[in-house]
Amino acid sequence: MIESFASQPWLTMVTFAPLVGALFIVAARLVAKKNADGVIEGEALTQLERSSKVIALGATLVTFAISLLVYSLFDPSLAGFQLVEEVAWIGGGVSYKMGVDGISILFVLLTTFIMPICILASWDSIKNRVADYMIAFLVLETLMIGVFCALDLFLFYVFFEGSLIPMFLIIGVWGSKGVKEFAGFQMSSKVYAALKFFLYTLVGSLLLLIAMAWMYATVGTTDIVALQQFDFPAGAQKWLWLAFFASFAVKMPMWPVHTWLPDAHVQAPTAGSVVLAAILLKMGGYGFLRFSLPMFPDASMDFSPLIFALSIVAIIYTSLVALAQEDMKKLIAYSSVAHMGFVTMGIFTGTKQGIEGGLFQMLSHGFISGALFLCVGVVYDRMHTREIAAYGGLVHRMPLYAFFFLFFTLGNVGLPGTSGFVGEILAMTGAFKVNSWIAFFAAFGVILSAAYALRLYRQVIYGDLTKEALMGIPDLNKRELFLLLAPLMFFALFLGFNPGPVLNVFAPSVDLLMDNMNAALGSAL
Amino acid sequence: MGIFETLTYALPELALAIGSMVLLIVGVFLGDKSARQIAYASVGLLLVALLLVVVGPSAGRASLFDGAFEIDAFAAFAKVIIFAAAAIAILMSQQLIDGKAGGRFEYSVLIVLAAFGMALMVSANDLISLYMGIEMQSLALYILASFNRDSRRSTEAGLKYFVLGALSSGLLLYGASLVYGFSGSTSFDEIARVAAADPDNAGLIVGLVFMICGLAFKVSAAPFHMWTPDVYEGAPTPVTAFFAAAPKLAAMALFARALVVSFPGVLQDWQPVIAMIAVASMVVGAFSAIAQTNIKRLMAYSSIGHMGYALVGLAAGTREGVTAVLIYMAIYVAMTIGAFACILMMRRRGGMTENIDDLAGLTKTNMPLAVVLTILLFSLAGVPPLAGFFGKWFVFFAAVEADLVWLAVVGVLASAVSAFYYLRIVWFMWFDEPAPAFERDAGPTLRFAAWGSALLMIPLLPIFIGQLRRVAETAAAALF
Repeated sequence: MIESFASQPWLTMVTFAPLVGALFIVAARLVAKKNADGVIEGEALTQLERSSKVIALGATLVTFAISLLVYSLFDPSLAGFQLVEEVAWIGGGVSYKMGVDGISILFVLLTTFIMPICILASWDSIKNRVADYMIAFLVLETLMIGVFCALDLFLFYVFFEGSLIPMFLIIGVWGSKGVKEFAGFQMSSKVYAALKFFLYTLVGSLLLLIAMAWMYATVGTTDIVALQQFDFPAGAQKWLWLAFFASFAVKMPMWPVHTWLPDAHVQAPTAGSVVLAAILLKMGGYGFLRFSLPMFPDASMDFSPLIFALSIVAIIYTSLVALAQEDMKKLIAYSSVAHMGFVTMGIFTGTKQGIEGGLFQMLSHGFISGALFLCVGVVYDRMHTREIAAYGGLVHRMPLYAFFFLFFTLGNVGLPGTSGFVGEILAMTGAFKVNSWIAFFAAFGVILSAAYALRLYRQVIYGDLTKEALMGIPDLNKRELFLLLAPLMFFALFLGFNPGPVLNVFAPSVDLLMDNMNAALGSAL
Repeated sequence: MGIFETLTYALPELALAIGSMVLLIVGVFLGDKSARQIAYASVGLLLVALLLVVVGPSAGRASLFDGAFEIDAFAAFAKVIIFAAAAIAILMSQQLIDGKAGGRFEYSVLIVLAAFGMALMVSANDLISLYMGIEMQSLALYILASFNRDSRRSTEAGLKYFVLGALSSGLLLYGASLVYGFSGSTSFDEIARVAAADPDNAGLIVGLVFMICGLAFKVSAAPFHMWTPDVYEGAPTPVTAFFAAAPKLAAMALFARALVVSFPGVLQDWQPVIAMIAVASMVVGAFSAIAQTNIKRLMAYSSIGHMGYALVGLAAGTREGVTAVLIYMAIYVAMTIGAFACILMMRRRGGMTENIDDLAGLTKTNMPLAVVLTILLFSLAGVPPLAGFFGKWFVFFAAVEADLVWLAVVGVLASAVSAFYYLRIVWFMWFDEPAPAFERDAGPTLRFAAWGSALLMIPLLPIFIGQLRRVAETAAAALF
């Protein structure tokens, strides 16, 4: 009984449950009453919007429930992949294979947890084309969960690249207004941001496609487990590593290919920014851990100085850039780049602390930066501006908001007691073991992050409430307080004080990864 | 093999040839008012031929007429798609068949004749039958291009197509005569024997290069692509829809058979030529399309680029390569038919509009059409999980496996550039303020073609891609 229950294709269900929700909304759209021109309007439109919100929320909650079930079936004491499903697909070594290990299960949970919050965050702030918006988000969720569950490189690529389509539309259709001069002609800045997002990521991933073709031609399969066990020749590893690096570095994003991120963040609607920061960026780090380290260990170690250099530039340079920002979202976007610098640095130290620190930092960043974008969204919904200079003295009108904003700001800085601290300290310990100078420079990032985060907080929250427009600004409503910020705060605090449970889930998989890597490096010597 | 047994293998072609003659005679007696009935009869004829390919003796393997006409899985694969595409093309042409100008019944019969020519092409295993097939097809297409005889653009397109087509036929014939002169035979198998025995035979190689030039013109690969944008733009849109799909597949299949069957021994000589043509096509297709404002011209450059990708698979020269070409072309035909069905629905106040600007804000005025076109455009751009991506994957994989990594890298870079102009249309439709709405009475066949191919892109084809690959693999194996 228990056996047959556990052997159901749960991962497929958790992946495609949001898609089923999307199909329901499509059906609701099709049956909605249309006028003579085929456009839905008036009462029918209101009804459609309401039902699509409810369906979307329901679908994401069901998905979250299934993912909790998956977690309960998952045995965290074991390394290796569990709940594996395999179905013939293209044939010739390319199959539909899903499975999770200690690394990916937590990202699946992060995704399914963040998505209902995103739907709730869009509840009142999205006013036009609500049904389409919800469809795009649900499709995006399916693709994101698929990325973390795929155990076949080809399948991974399909999900990884596929996520570009809904995100492109989300930024372009529901992005904010504004005009930008580009290459001599005027284009709206959200279109610019959407295109930049799409093309940057596409170019990176297409090189991964070539590397994948080469690996498939050499090994004869795209099964991730088989590829991890395959011993690629050292000369080829270098090229393969660079191709994978091109794709994941753009996604991560690492300096100097990070410039798409601030544009995308600024233009995207609040929930789009949250998904981008909390989950889409993590695909890059996940890719490094799943592919670059275990498949090309020699090249990873050879190239680690490059990664350290880029990470430190990212940590220091983008922190300084963040210090100069006038736009709240842009500031947080640059701080994301800096925090991702800690992740890449930690992962490529090849030490247990470093890798666990990188992983933990990714999870924690998912909660904290997601929450910070929600905080910006809260005031943006009220005032329709993201300029720091337009605010000031909010603590007098919005004490609750000031409290939450402070908490997440401090989490972003990495204050002990918040989850941000654990990840940073672990990643720096790992770096210290490899080269103390790396840790020395990385520590500057912590100081600088305090500088820019507290500057933002001071200018927005403190001071006198002098601006006329802010006089009537209301504090957090119940939805924002209890459904959006409080759950995120709970996890940021819980993981900060008690990181053990999460680290224990990582540990067996990270140990296995390290053993395989050291064995491969040892045999190469 | 007795003559009757031989003929049973050629039943699909016979059905088309005899059927089209009968329809011509019937049409002459009934006049143009019967255009619609003749069109349905032509569709029926094509479907009968399709059925005969699948279930008749022609599903097997045979060599007819002293080896001039080859029946195998490769030909069957191509013929099924050609006949289906031709039938859909007729159904999509209501506007020409019962248009204001008064339809003409010859239209559908010409498409049947072109399909007959294409069937000859994909089965041709001899220089003479190769040339006969190409001319049979081309002559029908020249007339179709200038079918709107009162329109200057259409006549110009037909004339341009004819003159340049004649030039390319000349090149092809010249090459074929050289090959015949130096090998002493017109049969592909015999040429293969001579070429393998004497790979340094310069006359044979020069003849081969001329033939490649002629064939590159037929698939509209750069640098022999100049006619494509003008003909696509000038020809009536339903005709363009037909041009862009089936003839491309037929010419590509012919290309593959001619190279792989008759010149496998001199792969090292023709591989660089095909690779360069592929690079030129991908680059021309990617960069020239960026500046286009007319959607038919844009589709012309897009098809040039797609031929480049298919040629990447052919350049590999391996069984995987030919499999990839077949998969790519099958997906390309489906995408193209869908895209043109959408273009045919761009009608405003009774007239066709062809500007990309006219699609602005389509999601607000006509959501279903916008969704279908968006799916097709992302598929054309090769973004997973849509079908176009799988086609690209197979050709790039074949290139990488044949040690042509550089060609695959050029291919992916070109496809990143070409993603831009597909995205440009998507952004017009989704992000911009709406232009006046299109008419909504598109007619069932157009809607069926558009939705059908969009459904093929997601979710059907990605799920059943394994089956398609197996069929294409069997087809490709027939050449080796």
